[in-house]
Formats: sequence, structure tokens, C-alpha cells
Amino acid sequence: MSGILNSSIGRKFAMALSALFLMIFLLQHFAINLMSVFSADTFNEVSHFMGTNWLIQFVMQPILMFGVLFHFIMGFVLEIRNRKARHISYAKNNGAANSTWMSRNMIYSGLFILIFLIIHFLDFWFPEINTKYIIGDMSGMHDGEFRYFHELQEKFVPIWRVALYCIGFVFLALHLLHGFNSAFQSVGANNKYTKGLKGFGKAYAILIPLGFIVIALFHHFNH
Amino acid sequence: MNLTLKIWRQKNAKDKGGLVDYKVNDVSPDMSFLEMLDVLNEDLINKDEEPVAFDHDCREGICGMCSLYINGEAHGPDRGVTTCQLHMRMFKDGDTIYIEPFRAAAFPVIKDLIVDRTSFDRIQHAGGFISVNTSGNTIDANAIPINKHDADTAFDAATCIGCGACVASCKNSSAMLFVSAKVSQFALLPQGKIEATDRVLNMVKQMDDEGFGNCTNTGACEVECPKGISLENIARMNREYLKASLKG
Repeated sequence: MSGILNSSIGRKFAMALSALFLMIFLLQHFAINLMSVFSADTFNEVSHFMGTNWLIQFVMQPILMFGVLFHFIMGFVLEIRNRKARHISYAKNNGAANSTWMSRNMIYSGLFILIFLIIHFLDFWFPEINTKYIIGDMSGMHDGEFRYFHELQEKFVPIWRVALYCIGFVFLALHLLHGFNSAFQSVGANNKYTKGLKGFGKAYAILIPLGFIVIALFHHFNH
Repeated sequence: MNLTLKIWRQKNAKDKGGLVDYKVNDVSPDMSFLEMLDVLNEDLINKDEEPVAFDHDCREGICGMCSLYINGEAHGPDRGVTTCQLHMRMFKDGDTIYIEPFRAAAFPVIKDLIVDRTSFDRIQHAGGFISVNTSGNTIDANAIPINKHDADTAFDAATCIGCGACVASCKNSSAMLFVSAKVSQFALLPQGKIEATDRVLNMVKQMDDEGFGNCTNTGACEVECPKGISLENIARMNREYLKASLKG
């Protein structure tokens, strides 16, 4: 088992595991966001639970941070290594003849997602950490009522931010269109029993980012 | 057909090299691509110029010797064929055709369009074999019952001719389709199970040491492979490797 991360397959496997973990997280994030469309109270309750539960805050959140950082850093490491494997580029290369744009440009869609993630952290995560752990207000209240739903709606008032989020989710969809099935291939799941995964992967890659876009637009137009 | 060729010329491994333009006239659509290059070379020899060096051997699509990156694809625009089986009818009169060597750090150019693919041999030496007792009591392979599906899948993997089109087509110059085919053809058979752990670990280590890139599952290798080696082999090799790593 020692030195598995020093091998090409080991690195692929680790990259795929972090991707699968992040895809599960994305589903959970989407499910909570979706609640904000149907019930402000439920969204507030769940947000408060997620924001104050010690297991989520001090066990799951650090694991998530590690997963995010690992996925991005390993992505760049692999890209650098792969570029070194060909010193001279082809004068004419017809990549579109044998592979999808998404599969050839994971590093660029990943970079846009990274930029989006930084904006998203500045919008939601850092203010949350500031309120809870720097100011020390764990109540989740503002003017006598839960603040989470109100804060969410406020963020999506400016159209430029909604547009920015929509662009970010389009890149997420492009990344997932290759990434979902690629992760399963990397962990060795490609045989006659896993053929159905391809269709499911495409549906996941389109529907989840589309769902996030719909939620952002919903709050923009229903403020 | 009259064609313009843009061919990579490079005197030796140390030379910088570059594309040179050539004209070939009266090319028959029924010629193979290599025959068209033969016509060009004959013309160059008649003009006392250095002919273009390119690899070829059987010219029947089974030896894996001919390479060439033609108009941005390994073995050209046709599917399921090597360059020797690519016919000029795939091109149009007046076309400009780019002809380049397979590009990879692990496939250094020797001269013009010829690259050194001995890195594949070294990967094979690292584990692409089975040990059989030949002292006189060798068991006939046909005497060992093998599941039909496994036998067919192993045979499909064994049709890999080691041409290197997978490496040339991969944006990362990954050799995983080749290595996975060589791992799979033994992993599926009882004769290959005995050395399965060492085989996959040693072959993958050699592949990494040779400087091939990491697979990012674009699938370009599978599309360009003249023998239709499936990506399922890479998934199988990944499973074999993880199993072997946990054991070892």
C-alpha cells in the first residue's frame, strides 16, 4: 500500500475519490438550497442545525475543506505532470475527432470553478465564520428571527451576482459532464454492470447545476 | 489527386526539426498512405534529395510498426486502421496533409517520422509475460477450462499491436490503454493469475518511470486505437493495481 500516491494510478484513484466525495456534498448542498424555494422556515431550521452542530462544523467541515483543497491541488499537480509528458506539441491536432471539449479542458473549467468558489466563500462562508467564531454570535438570529433565509435573498438581489453564479454553474456542469463518469472509470467501475451510470452521470451533471441556477433566479425574482 | 504535404523533417534525435512542404502529383485514390509516401520518396531520390524516413513493416495492419500523426490524428482520419491500411480515397484532390511523428517525451524522435518506441518493450519486460514450466510436463493451455466471456475479453485485449496510437492521441501522452491491454490479457486467464500482483505493479511502475502522462479518461485512445481496445481494460487495470497495492 505504501507509496500508492506516487503512482499514476494511485493519484488517479485519489483524485476520483475526492471527486466522488465532492459530488455527494454537492447533492446535499443542493437539497438544502432547494428547501429555501419551498419553505423559509425549514431552510432556516436546517441552516441553523448545519451551522451549529459540532459534528458538522468540526468534523465534516474540515473533511470537506480538505477534499476541496486536495481536489484542486491534485488537479494542478496532474496537469503539470501531464504537460511534461509531451515536450513538442503537434502542428495540427484534431482533438475534437476523438474526445469531448469537456474532457480536454477540465483544468480550465476547474479554474473557473475555483474562481467561483472564492467568490462564493467571500459571499457566504467567510461572513458566517466571522459571525459565529469571531464575533461569537451562535444564535443565528437577527432582529428576533432567523437570519439565514433573509441573508440568502439579500445576496441574490444584484443581477450581476446572479449572472456570476449562473456562469459558475455552467462551468460546473461542463466539469461534471466529464468528471462524473471519469471518477467511476478511475476507481475501476467500467464494465457491463455500470453502463447505466453514463446516463445517470449526464443527468446529474446537467440537472444539479441547473437546479442551483433556478434557485438563484427564484430568489432574485421573488425578493 | 494532387496533394501538398507538410512533413516533419528532423536529421537526428538532437536536431530541432521542422515542417517542410512537398508536392505529390497523380496520386491514385486506391493507394495506401504509405504507398503515397513511397512515390514521394522515389521522387526525392531521383532529385538527389534525402528521402523521408518513416516506419513500416508488414503493411497488413497487424505489426504495429507504421505510426504517423496525419492531419491531427494518429493513423489519420479513418477508424480501426493503421497507416498502412489508410487509403488515399480518404483525402480530396488539392488537400494539404500534415504528417508528424507520434509525439511523447517517452517516444523520442530518431529521424524524421521515426520515433523510438522501445519504452513499450521495457514495460512488457517488466511483467507482460507468464512463467510456464517447460521441463516436459507442460499442461496444454486448451486443457484448462476458461469461461467463454473471459476468454473472449482476454483475446480482445491481446489484439493490441503496441503501435502507440493511444499515447500519440492522448493529450497527456498516457500509455494506460496499451499497458491495460497487456495486463488484462493475462489477468483474465488462469495462467496469468499466479503473477498478477507483481505484473501490474511492475508494469505500472515502468510506465511511470518512462515518463508517460496520467490518464484523464478523455477516451481519445479508444477512438484512435486501430484494434478497438476498450477503455474497460483501463478500469480493469485500475482495479488490479489497487488490489495488488493492498496486498503488497
